[in-house]
Amino acid sequence: MTTELETAPAAAEPIVIGAPPPQPLSMDFWRGIADDNPVLIQMLGLCPTMAISNQVSNGLGMGAATIFVLVFSSLLISLLRKVIPTEVRLATYILIIATFVTISDLVMQAYTPVLSKTLGPFVPLIVVNCIILGRAEAFAGKVGPVRAVADGLGQGLGFMLALLIMCTFREVVGSGTFLGHPLFGPNYEPQVFMIMPPGGFLTMGLMFLTMGWWGERKKARLAEVAA
Amino acid sequence: MISNLAWIFFSTLLINNFTLAMFLGLCSFFGVTTKIDTGWRLGAANTFVLVMTAIAVWVLNTFVLAQAPYLRTIAFIVVIASLVQIVEMAIKKFLPALFRELGIYLPLITTNCAILALALFQTTRKYNLIEGIVFAIGAGLGLTLALTLMASIRERLDVADVPAMAKRMGLVLIIASCMSMAFMGFAGMGSG
Repeated sequence: MTTELETAPAAAEPIVIGAPPPQPLSMDFWRGIADDNPVLIQMLGLCPTMAISNQVSNGLGMGAATIFVLVFSSLLISLLRKVIPTEVRLATYILIIATFVTISDLVMQAYTPVLSKTLGPFVPLIVVNCIILGRAEAFAGKVGPVRAVADGLGQGLGFMLALLIMCTFREVVGSGTFLGHPLFGPNYEPQVFMIMPPGGFLTMGLMFLTMGWWGERKKARLAEVAA
Repeated sequence: MISNLAWIFFSTLLINNFTLAMFLGLCSFFGVTTKIDTGWRLGAANTFVLVMTAIAVWVLNTFVLAQAPYLRTIAFIVVIASLVQIVEMAIKKFLPALFRELGIYLPLITTNCAILALALFQTTRKYNLIEGIVFAIGAGLGLTLALTLMASIRERLDVADVPAMAKRMGLVLIIASCMSMAFMGFAGMGSG
């Protein structure tokens, strides 16, 4: 998130304090998926990522709901950014986010009741997902609607990507299935541990260890080149 | 009655520990657990807000939300945000020393998912006022327990020789996994 805080306002546009530097739209979109992934790099939104990642179907539902909330709240916040007074902006953001969360919660209850039941309180808990409030504060509240939507979509897809990596690993190892289809035949003994809470922490830990290993390797290579 | 309350208390404290079994309040669990002192102080502040929330949610559920259940999420988050604000102002006025100690952690409680989750669980499980308060105390002490344990492990970790790739978060999560595994042992305590 530190990258957005470095101020380099555009010459033509009116100066907004702390506004992200102008960038091509594709960058706004790709940043959330790769370089600035909300889960893998920024380490935000860990609660839902670990809590509901024991089945791939949960990950798809949760990812879709979060993308919906992120995109539409970014759009609305960006459109209203000149109307919202600075002093009460956080409260306003939370209200806007809570509205879209309620919409997605009710829609899921109506059309996918089973999924809504398995996700339980984690659908309404999207309100307090730090990714969404973080994007509103760091990005959507300071830029135009097109960039805000591109950024929201990118960050949402980045969240879903991390979620699906976790879900796939946990479901394949923990139940021997993918989206409910058995993969290894009847002789496979599922490691039930992986779909229980400790498995969530463990998978996340392994993911961060891999990222750390990757980072160290990159650093070592750079040092080699420099030497 | 008493056994029911005791069951609610211990199942929230140990078996369904908010942090280690339900993945709630992980931001503060990973973010501020570097010293034992801050760990248990934040836990205490959270417990206080949880109990206040339980009371407020009971009032909301009984008198307001019965007519408009679709406003649940919005109403809860607004109530929690204003509650934290009021608690913050009250502590600042009456206990300035404590206010300085808690510092930034107080306002951050608003976005702690444990608080909103407590409100939602209390609603779906239809707890009455007493049950709600006991549930909140159990949840708060459970958070405090997890925060303090994690902080004491991480204090030792500071002086340990850790491989560079595990420096940031990897090792902490593996430790959390082990703690969560240990807490799973409590599941044998009851039938639910």
